[in-house]
Amino acid sequence: MSVVDGTWEWLTDPAHWTGPQGVLVRTLEHLRISALALALACALALPIGVLLGHWGRGGALAINVGNVGRAVPTFGVLVILASWAPVGVGDLAAVLALAVFAVPPLLTNAYVGMRAVEPDVREAARGMGMTGAQLLRRVELPLALPLLAAGFRTATVQVVATATLAALVAGGGLGRFIVDGYGQQDYSMMVAGALLVALLSVATELGLGVAERRVTPRARRGVTRAEVRAVQPATGS
Amino acid sequence: MSVPNPWFSWQYVVGHRQELLAAGREHVTLTVVAVVAAVVVAVPLALLARRVRVARAPILLAAGVLYTIPSLALMSALWPALGLSPRPVEVALAAYALLIVLRNILTGLDEVPAEVVESARGMGFGALRLLLRVELPLALPAILAGVRIATVSTIGLVTVGAVFGYGGFGSLIYEGFQNNFFHAQIMTATLACVALAVLADLLLLALQRVLTPWRRGRATA
Repeated sequence: MSVVDGTWEWLTDPAHWTGPQGVLVRTLEHLRISALALALACALALPIGVLLGHWGRGGALAINVGNVGRAVPTFGVLVILASWAPVGVGDLAAVLALAVFAVPPLLTNAYVGMRAVEPDVREAARGMGMTGAQLLRRVELPLALPLLAAGFRTATVQVVATATLAALVAGGGLGRFIVDGYGQQDYSMMVAGALLVALLSVATELGLGVAERRVTPRARRGVTRAEVRAVQPATGS
Repeated sequence: MSVPNPWFSWQYVVGHRQELLAAGREHVTLTVVAVVAAVVVAVPLALLARRVRVARAPILLAAGVLYTIPSLALMSALWPALGLSPRPVEVALAAYALLIVLRNILTGLDEVPAEVVESARGMGFGALRLLLRVELPLALPAILAGVRIATVSTIGLVTVGAVFGYGGFGSLIYEGFQNNFFHAQIMTATLACVALAVLADLLLLALQRVLTPWRRGRATA
């Protein structure tokens, strides 16, 4: 039986979709790991990026953090965390490793988004008697939203794709089918897992692309894409 | 567990010189093969995308989809067909680097000033000579910037190939993990990978400066 037929058969067997180790449970695990990592990264990166942008300080840090992120292998950090007793193997190591690498795109885009607010607009808001906090909340944040959304999309796609590696340190998620399939030489399962992971990643990218356009005013669409590409390519997944 | 298991051990580095060097050689080879393959595929695709306007969007979309697919998934999908060789790892890494290189070649070529192209045409340059003598040299800084980003990203991603036995320093990381959390091996191999990425970045930056002397003194991207 060819791998293509085997993969089709594996995917169309209802028994592989249900149960505690089925596709549905693994997908939920995958999304849970991703969501926790993103929440952690956002909680850390967004306030720092927004405040640095508001104050107009620390630009070098906010921009260069991405270059550092690219040079450090995610797999290495994941294994270091999983081998470190306080963290240990499993989903927690994956959540932490993914969060670390989701910080750069979030931080950089938050900073650049805040800095991209026109000085005239800032002046006008100040002239109207707005305090720093009001300026931040009512003027800068809404104007920075498209770039924040772009950073969120980059980070999310990267996290969902990389969450596949969780299975390598005894974590859950769709990567399990790949790792177990390889281990048991069940190539139908392995390729089915690869397909599911690829679909989930592409779906995330497309879905968030639509969401990003929703929060971006029509006039700014072209500009935003260009800026985002210039400032922040993602870390490898 | 009372056996000492330090993260940093010079003794490990000295005692495992040969293994580290072999892993480093494999790491470099996988990276070079992947990046060179990406460039070899990207150049004709970029030229096609510029010649045939309607082809541009589908080419970028296809490269974008390949970029989005996790490298581990792509390696797994290729494994049954190409297995038991470094080929699945190389192809997956090249597929990932492709978008970065392709996008930079297109950006570089798009940014060649129209007046320059016009004057070259006016001087009687044919399409090929225009490309080789005017457009590509002017696009070179952007292209090399893309190669740098692709190389640094690929060096990090090579480690994932460890799952299939071809991961350079990644194989040492994975082996150390499976060998009762051998901290020194995991940390040394990870740091070696970072060092390799930084070294490659600096080498390519130097190459960029040598190949584009007219840009010296300007800020490099």
